[in-house]
Amino acid sequence: MTTTACFIIVSRNDIPIYEAEVGSAAKREDAAQLPQFILQAALDIVQDLAWTTSAMFLKAIDKFNDLVVSVYVTADHIRFMLLLDSRSDDGIKSFFQEVHELYIKSLLNPLYLPGSRITS
Amino acid sequence: MIGTGKIKQYANVLDKPLGKGKQEVSLSAFAFLFSELVQYNQTQVDNISELETRLEDAGYAVGARVLELLCHRDKGNRRETRLLGILSFVHSTVWKVLFGKVADSLEKGTEHEDEYMISEKELLVNRFISIPKDMGTFHCGAFVAGIVKGVLENAGFPAVVTAHFVPVEGQQRPRTTILIKFAEEVLRREARLG
Repeated sequence: MTTTACFIIVSRNDIPIYEAEVGSAAKREDAAQLPQFILQAALDIVQDLAWTTSAMFLKAIDKFNDLVVSVYVTADHIRFMLLLDSRSDDGIKSFFQEVHELYIKSLLNPLYLPGSRITS
Repeated sequence: MIGTGKIKQYANVLDKPLGKGKQEVSLSAFAFLFSELVQYNQTQVDNISELETRLEDAGYAVGARVLELLCHRDKGNRRETRLLGILSFVHSTVWKVLFGKVADSLEKGTEHEDEYMISEKELLVNRFISIPKDMGTFHCGAFVAGIVKGVLENAGFPAVVTAHFVPVEGQQRPRTTILIKFAEEVLRREARLG
């Protein structure tokens, strides 16, 4: 069974800071960059949605075939975007919260310039 | 090893819990550090406005981090989307964490729609600083102005923030006012959100 999941952290200027692919994804030649495209397309939707709600976790905001885009926005307007086939909500929410904590810890590093790539 | 408490040793700094952390830092340590910061910058720049800019940049970095950290710690992951919301957040929560008390007052400017002022009788960072006569308009509160600017800009409310002395009768030392002027798009968005 191939599970595709793609996770990207995007900064406030729409620059991806961190990318990761999870699961045993079968790499198809023609659709190698597909996850990135889908997530980029969802960015506009997130932009509008972010100003209407004060919650941080925006659930499934976009669907593409059978893949669901799920987004979590932080106070700094950093977006954690996750692309996967439909799964339960709770698991995703706690995943996002863990990533958020890790992000804050790396942000507290005075040598880290907010908005640059995260490499470790 | 001379250790009496059982402190869990974390292998990686990233594994340490984010938690509350130690709240207090000694005032004298901070005053010393801040005076060194000012002095170091003084030797590097040629004029006053550049000195203020440098202090502001230092404060901006602090503000960016403070915003994320506080939203996560104290507000349980709720963001601020409205102007008044973010202003009162800066005015009470941020001030409380940084200086141990809320700011003295938050006022809306009367002349322009986009101006707000946070004022304080005596800024903590200015407590041990005296300004020689030949540096006229220089204000070390530029550091605090930078912090506020960092918080506001990263929350999505770009603004120009400056610190000013305002003389008050009946008081020996003038009051400090932080003037916040929001950018056009903030007002437009506020109007759109109703």
